[in-house]
Amino acid sequence: MWKFIVRRLLVTFPQIVFLSVLVFVMAQFMPGDALTGLIDPNISPEALEIQRERLGLNNPWYVQYVDWLGGLVQGDLGQSFRFKMDVTALISERVMNTILLSLVSLIFTYLIAIPLGIISGRYNDSPLDSAITGYSYLGFATPIFIFALVVLWVFGFMLGWFPTSGSVAPGLDAGSMEYYISKLYHALLPGLSIALISVVSTIQYLRSEIVDTKQKDFIITARAKGASENRVYNKHIFRNSLLPIAAFFGWEITSLISGTVFVERVFSYPGMGLLFLESVTGRDFSVVTALVLLFGIASILGALLSDIILSIVDPRIRIK
Amino acid sequence: MSNELLKIKNLSTSFRIGDEYYAAVDDVTLTLNKNEVLGIVGESGSGKSALAFSVMRLHTKAKIEGEVLLNNQDIVTMPKSKLDKIRGDEMAMIFQDPLTALNPLTPIGGQIEETLFLHNRKLGQQGRKKRAVELLDLVGIPNAERVFEQFPHELSGGMRQRVIIAIAIANDPKLLIADEPTTALDVTIQAQILDLIRELKEKIHAGIILITHDLGVVAEMADRVAVMYAGQIVEIASVEKLFENPLHPYTRSLLNSVPVEGQDTLHVIQGVVPSLKNLPREGCRFAARIPWVDASAHEENPTMHEVESGHFVRCTCHEHFYIPDQNEEKGEQSNGIS
Repeated sequence: MWKFIVRRLLVTFPQIVFLSVLVFVMAQFMPGDALTGLIDPNISPEALEIQRERLGLNNPWYVQYVDWLGGLVQGDLGQSFRFKMDVTALISERVMNTILLSLVSLIFTYLIAIPLGIISGRYNDSPLDSAITGYSYLGFATPIFIFALVVLWVFGFMLGWFPTSGSVAPGLDAGSMEYYISKLYHALLPGLSIALISVVSTIQYLRSEIVDTKQKDFIITARAKGASENRVYNKHIFRNSLLPIAAFFGWEITSLISGTVFVERVFSYPGMGLLFLESVTGRDFSVVTALVLLFGIASILGALLSDIILSIVDPRIRIK
Repeated sequence: MSNELLKIKNLSTSFRIGDEYYAAVDDVTLTLNKNEVLGIVGESGSGKSALAFSVMRLHTKAKIEGEVLLNNQDIVTMPKSKLDKIRGDEMAMIFQDPLTALNPLTPIGGQIEETLFLHNRKLGQQGRKKRAVELLDLVGIPNAERVFEQFPHELSGGMRQRVIIAIAIANDPKLLIADEPTTALDVTIQAQILDLIRELKEKIHAGIILITHDLGVVAEMADRVAVMYAGQIVEIASVEKLFENPLHPYTRSLLNSVPVEGQDTLHVIQGVVPSLKNLPREGCRFAARIPWVDASAHEENPTMHEVESGHFVRCTCHEHFYIPDQNEEKGEQSNGIS
């Protein structure tokens, strides 16, 4: 299995290099450059040209790429002209919020989806299964931004159980216990909103996998050994049905970084999705470039994680 | 105590198609003695496997009527918890397709240990492992210690079938059902697996039901043979009597279909086994496939007749049956078409 993981890691490295080239080239095609956002209209074009020369903006693209890569490795992603701060500092502040929110929603998703998927698959075509499947259709059809608004209105404003915006209550010392509790508290409602909608695909995946696995020959073997129905389901069917869910898990991790634009917007939650949306509309190119690169790396790592998880749970994947 | 191990009385297994139930096993009555090998033969779709699954009560969506008495305990009506104690312990099964009958995610050892764990809690973890390796040895797997750690996909079909046999005999069952154990294997491996079953027969002293469509296998291994057609047993006799003096038209056609050296054309039984839904429910079920035999030869409600001690045959049509000349048969067929 280690061989498989090492081999898989070796493939990942060129993928990331290729991604960085792609992102850099695309950034070059965008109108404007690093100076566009900073210039004062009163500066003469000659002075601008001198600055360009000094900053290396007139160098061939591969020289610029190497410069850019060098900065990247040292954690220098440039300046955001909109926020007037380092992109690295800007992103690292947001990334923690997004990871917290995504973790909360991921935990809720699996807590809800796995039991419902098991019930739905085991007792398929029963009234209970119909009810769960009915909910799934409803979830598929409901736009998350509408649902999040309703949740916010009911639990945030009408009942007042949860905060309605931000990621932390003002006036708390960063690092204190109250601060972390407040952070978690702020992530609960948006996290639950995401979970209640995103469970439906996991439920349906699990259900159809269980219905499928139920009819496999090795289930008959298990019954013929004298395994009770509960044992057949828990030991044989469930584990085999988890494979696609496990494979999907890595992709879920990707969303830990990229965040969810709509829900962050509705809850005014300062996460990556919201930052990306703001930067695109505000033409904050250095931030957009950095985020695209980050999301890209996240999906490559997500795929890597998926494969590793799959190789752990499914012995057939491992390369000898 | 009698010598009877298994007694099946008027067993019918029906499946639902649309709103109606159709019997795939229809009113089967037979017995199996201790240490006896009973062969069950028939074409695909004749209900052999459905019968085997009914004995183990492995059907999940079938209606089962009648009695299956294993040492006088009725399998059909016993509570599920009791059934779980008997399955894998007193009765066990070897399956048709070794490629799909093992859990792909569990090492071989774990799959054998499971059946030991379920029926013998006293054994303990060490004991289970020891016994599992012993069993792998017993079924002729080289390097048992290594195979114990391996996964099903790392083994060949023949090896996997040996593992399935090891699982089946793990708790010294009194009844062993082998459901076409060699169908999915290639010919050389088939012979090895049959040799293994024959060897084990001497060692484990179980009553064996051997389901197959290979008459050669039956001739070699079985003590008695039941011939099934369209869900019914049409003839049952000791293996010697059946091969020397086959009576039922279906048995005779089957035996006649075995390729013989020097014979240039192969006898073919006309038509196919009708599907479950289209099975004739009245009269002799084989009548449609032997149209040259006069309709009056068949009984209206064919029953089993004992023609000799221990030799039963269904319907009276065997008295009027003959195997037509190949050319004559072809002529009849073309006549039928034109």
